[in-house]
Amino acid sequence: MGESVLRFEHVTVAFDGDPAIEDVSFSIDAGESRVILGAAASGKTVILKTALGLLRPDEGRVLLFGKDITVLAEQDLYDLRARAGMLFQESALFDSLTIEENVAYPLENQKLVDVPNEQVRPRVAEALRFVELEHTLDKLPSELSGGMRRRVGIARANVTAPQLVLYDSPTAGLDPITANNIMALIVKERDLRHATTIIVTQRFQDGQIMAKYRYNASGKTLERAGSNGSGAVQGLKFLVMKEGRLVFEGSEEELQQSRDAYISKFVLRH
Amino acid sequence: MLDFLKPPVLTIQEFFQLTGRVILNLPRRPHYFKDIVLQMDIIGVGSLPIVLLTGFFSGVVMALQMSRALQTYGAVSQTGPIVAITLVREMGPVLTAIAAAGRNAAGIASELGSMKVTEQIDAMRALGTDPIQKLVKPRLIATCVMLPCLTAIADFVGMLGGFMIATLLLHLTSAEYWNGAYRALAYDDVVQGLLKPFVYAIVISLVGCFYGLRTRGGTQGVGLATTQAVVVSIVWIFVLNAFITKIFVSI
Repeated sequence: MGESVLRFEHVTVAFDGDPAIEDVSFSIDAGESRVILGAAASGKTVILKTALGLLRPDEGRVLLFGKDITVLAEQDLYDLRARAGMLFQESALFDSLTIEENVAYPLENQKLVDVPNEQVRPRVAEALRFVELEHTLDKLPSELSGGMRRRVGIARANVTAPQLVLYDSPTAGLDPITANNIMALIVKERDLRHATTIIVTQRFQDGQIMAKYRYNASGKTLERAGSNGSGAVQGLKFLVMKEGRLVFEGSEEELQQSRDAYISKFVLRH
Repeated sequence: MLDFLKPPVLTIQEFFQLTGRVILNLPRRPHYFKDIVLQMDIIGVGSLPIVLLTGFFSGVVMALQMSRALQTYGAVSQTGPIVAITLVREMGPVLTAIAAAGRNAAGIASELGSMKVTEQIDAMRALGTDPIQKLVKPRLIATCVMLPCLTAIADFVGMLGGFMIATLLLHLTSAEYWNGAYRALAYDDVVQGLLKPFVYAIVISLVGCFYGLRTRGGTQGVGLATTQAVVVSIVWIFVLNAFITKIFVSI
């Protein structure tokens, strides 16, 4: 059992009096993974934004890297956020900056990330090579496809090698082949860096890829966990959100065995 | 019973919260000088054509209108002083500010609004940058520096427009016009003429940023934020103009 990286304690976030998430509690330790499933508007994105202090809880506490971020001022949150990376739902790339400038942004702007100027470009190129987009350095985000933008977003979220990485619907709106490629990149990132990973998705298949596959560094491919001597994926749990409430937390087997109408329907549908 | 007052009061409260945060952040690092220079180019140099045109034709119209009234009293030679005083005290600052509000408050609100609805503002915060420092502060500083400069330019080209009418149509000599204009302007006219655009610059930039940063929804929200930014900043320009004028008149 490692150190607790993120902990939600009875967290409620409301907009104009309507709770978007209500009484949500969970925690994740270093090196673990969580897959948060849920229908649209069930509060999944709110959880990720609250985890980084982008949204303030109305009730409860959020502990990020052991610090209660609900009492911290915005200025004090930047040092904690520097230890985390996030892929936003539609990538949220800065549309007036080139791909290189986008990926370099956290290296140049996060105070805790001390990268000498001459190392920024190589680090950016390396991050883009990881997502197989090293040829797009000088392009603008609008010149890339949706899947490519998502991959740039993954590169930007991981370029500082953060301890915690949050992925908000990384496969939403993508064709199945591109979606699987994106998931393969996320698994690769998780297994190579042993980063604590939280992924929010509507697709059960995304969770299954996280649970059943590992990245084989020597073969440079994904392979089923447990095959070729690779161990099973440890510390992965599924969370299911329903109308702002956390209604399930457990392993993939427990999720599939659940008799709850909402959960089982959700799983079977995918 | 007074529930209808809640939204406007909340808006004013949020606006002053933003203003307070910007003021606190003014001396704080980082200062993003590159962004300040870029915004000075967009807001200042970019607004130059519209300011030159509005300034010049204001001077032309002022001279034409005044000449009719002054002819009645046989005082056409006073065209220069009247054009100078009217432009420097009122028309220059207000018309330049309205042109800047239409162009820059709208530009700021739509740019920041688009960034807000595409989560770029959240991404900025997640990636270690305070949007107040990176987006609001450079726009405020750039507008505060450039609007008084633009106003001075508008005043000058307005006087040139008046000069053209005075010499070509009213047959005044160049010396009559410029000496009259120069003698008419007192120190407090110039102070007033430069203080006003400085205050309007604060209004235009902060109102533009405020409505941009509180944009909700999609493209419709961006359109609404842009409209609100322009309307609110223009209304405040007129309200503040009345107050500042009253103060200087009392002095």
